[in-house]
Amino acid sequence: MNFFLLSVIKAAVVAFVLLTTLAYLQWVERKVIAHIQVRLGPSRVGPHGLLQPLADVIKLITKEDLIPPYANKFVYLLAPFLAVTMSLISISVIPFGAEIQVFGQPTWMQLTDLNVGLLLILAVSSMGVYGVALAGWASNNKYSLLGGLRSSAQMISYELPLSLAVASPLLLSNTLSLRQLVQTQAGSILHWNILRLPAPQIVSFIVFMIAGFAETNRVPFDLPEAENELVAGFHTEYSSMKFAAFFMAEYSNMVTVACVTVILFLGGWYPLFAVAWGSNYVPALLFGLAGAVCLFFGLNPVRKRDRITMPVFGVIFLGIAAAFLLAPVQAIFIPLFWFLAKVGLILFTFIWVRGTLPRFRYDQLMHFAWKVLFPVALVNLLVTGLLVAWFS
Amino acid sequence: MMTGVPLSWYLILSAVLFALGVAGFLFRKNIITVFMSIELMLNAVNLSFIAFSYQLQQVNGHIFTFFVMVVAAAEAAVGLAIILSVFKNRATLNVDDVNSMKY
Amino acid sequence: MDVILFLVFAIIAVVCGINVVVQRHPITSALSLIGVMGSLAVLYLLLGAEFIAMAQVIVYAGAIMVLFVFVIMLLNAGAEETRGKSLVAQLLGLPLLILFLAFASYFVQRFVPSSTIVHFGAFKSGTAQNIGIALFTRYLLPFEVTSVLILIAILGAIVLARKELDR
Repeated sequence: MNFFLLSVIKAAVVAFVLLTTLAYLQWVERKVIAHIQVRLGPSRVGPHGLLQPLADVIKLITKEDLIPPYANKFVYLLAPFLAVTMSLISISVIPFGAEIQVFGQPTWMQLTDLNVGLLLILAVSSMGVYGVALAGWASNNKYSLLGGLRSSAQMISYELPLSLAVASPLLLSNTLSLRQLVQTQAGSILHWNILRLPAPQIVSFIVFMIAGFAETNRVPFDLPEAENELVAGFHTEYSSMKFAAFFMAEYSNMVTVACVTVILFLGGWYPLFAVAWGSNYVPALLFGLAGAVCLFFGLNPVRKRDRITMPVFGVIFLGIAAAFLLAPVQAIFIPLFWFLAKVGLILFTFIWVRGTLPRFRYDQLMHFAWKVLFPVALVNLLVTGLLVAWFS
Repeated sequence: MMTGVPLSWYLILSAVLFALGVAGFLFRKNIITVFMSIELMLNAVNLSFIAFSYQLQQVNGHIFTFFVMVVAAAEAAVGLAIILSVFKNRATLNVDDVNSMKY
Repeated sequence: MDVILFLVFAIIAVVCGINVVVQRHPITSALSLIGVMGSLAVLYLLLGAEFIAMAQVIVYAGAIMVLFVFVIMLLNAGAEETRGKSLVAQLLGLPLLILFLAFASYFVQRFVPSSTIVHFGAFKSGTAQNIGIALFTRYLLPFEVTSVLILIAILGAIVLARKELDR
């Protein structure tokens, strides 16, 4: 019974944190892109626009919910549901951190560990195509249909290099369970699959990231929703919460891809360098630095309201930094910190690329998948296999 | 207490699905639906492979299922290409209208 | 628990299977077929075939059926016409189907020992490792032959579906 209760609590916590993250990822993206383009981004609702996601959610819920008259109603309603469910399922096998003690009971920071966890993620992400394809078909709109067709062709094509790129770190780690995948990379950065001997997986990491961009329909591969060609692509006819569902699915897929990248290549929850070299003090240092910067700008305010908001944030960050120096907090949150820091870095790369690169043309996209990415991933897999066989 | 299902139920389910596949294959006119009925039959057969694999406690049935999947994938690629070219040449998907070899 | 899971997913599979055959619109049939495949994947898990269950979802539901849906969308296939139905088929079809099923279940009950009860977790050699070992030792030749088969299928599909530019 205790196990059952613990599972329910874990599921609730993960769901709450994930949904909040999805909402705030949107805020982060808008802010980062704004600063890349030397703008301010959302800044009206709350301090630095921090309440903007809340306002967006209220706006989306209260908007009018339209169903186009000639749409295939069942499929039309099924599509966003499918997209969001499939993208949320895969978070259930992601390990966020090491084993911890909750009320004296040992438990993992993971909802469930499957022997075939990685395959489950691949399966669920391949089912995610239906959300987009069916949305495009059911809307009964030529732009939607074109978007849906493009996306299904694109996602099938990029699944191949993605799976091949996944296969080569598996050769090093010899397991499909995500928890064991991380455990085989225990140690500093030299033990992570990206730099691990005998076959460093840098090429496969790059291929995986590119294919991940395509799988999540992000810039530069966002052809299914290329707004200057297709209005809004497959979700042209969707409004209100159904539109929000597609939005959530996209961000949730981004989070999943980032988590899987970290688990496969970047050593999951293990720190960048050994504990003996003081890696346990890195979070305290980082948060302390952030707090100090906030306090400094609070004392020398650029804008009037910074006089109040900046010191508040500074005190919060300094509090977190102090908490990270306590032993019980360290035991639980240090692995979580490293995992989330790496995931955050990958997510920032996603946003950074969106702010930097223009969109591909459709034929370039297909050529790139089949004539560049696929052979590179295949050769990488072959070389990895040979190296692993030679040195074992 | 753990109670389970007799293995024969799985086999009967497999038979039901296979029969449905046969029915679809015989009754339907749309080439794509006919093709999907074949996939349904293959799936039904896979289920009995897995069930027998459970009974014999061997992994061989799984391997057969794996090969069936590979063949089904190859078959789907070629079959859908054939459907595409039939549609391109005759602008119909009805199996009864694709009969020019008969005359 | 096992019984409930089996019944739920068996019923889903049968209902979706009937839907595949009965529905007039190909895309509804395709969606129902995906339902059948998904519930079969759960039944595979109950039988301890975890790798095959995942392969079922990845290959069947995630790749083959996407191709079907893609082609249906591409050809914009509409609902099927109902003409030219044979009277004999309409009268005899259903009774024959039921007869066949009755025979099949009778023989299954007769010849499969009913002592074999399926417990979830009783069959543990369906992991990716076991399948890999079997695939690369005992079944190596068939495995390599399938790779040739896939290559031929890819070539065939490209030749069939290519635009005839050079004629």
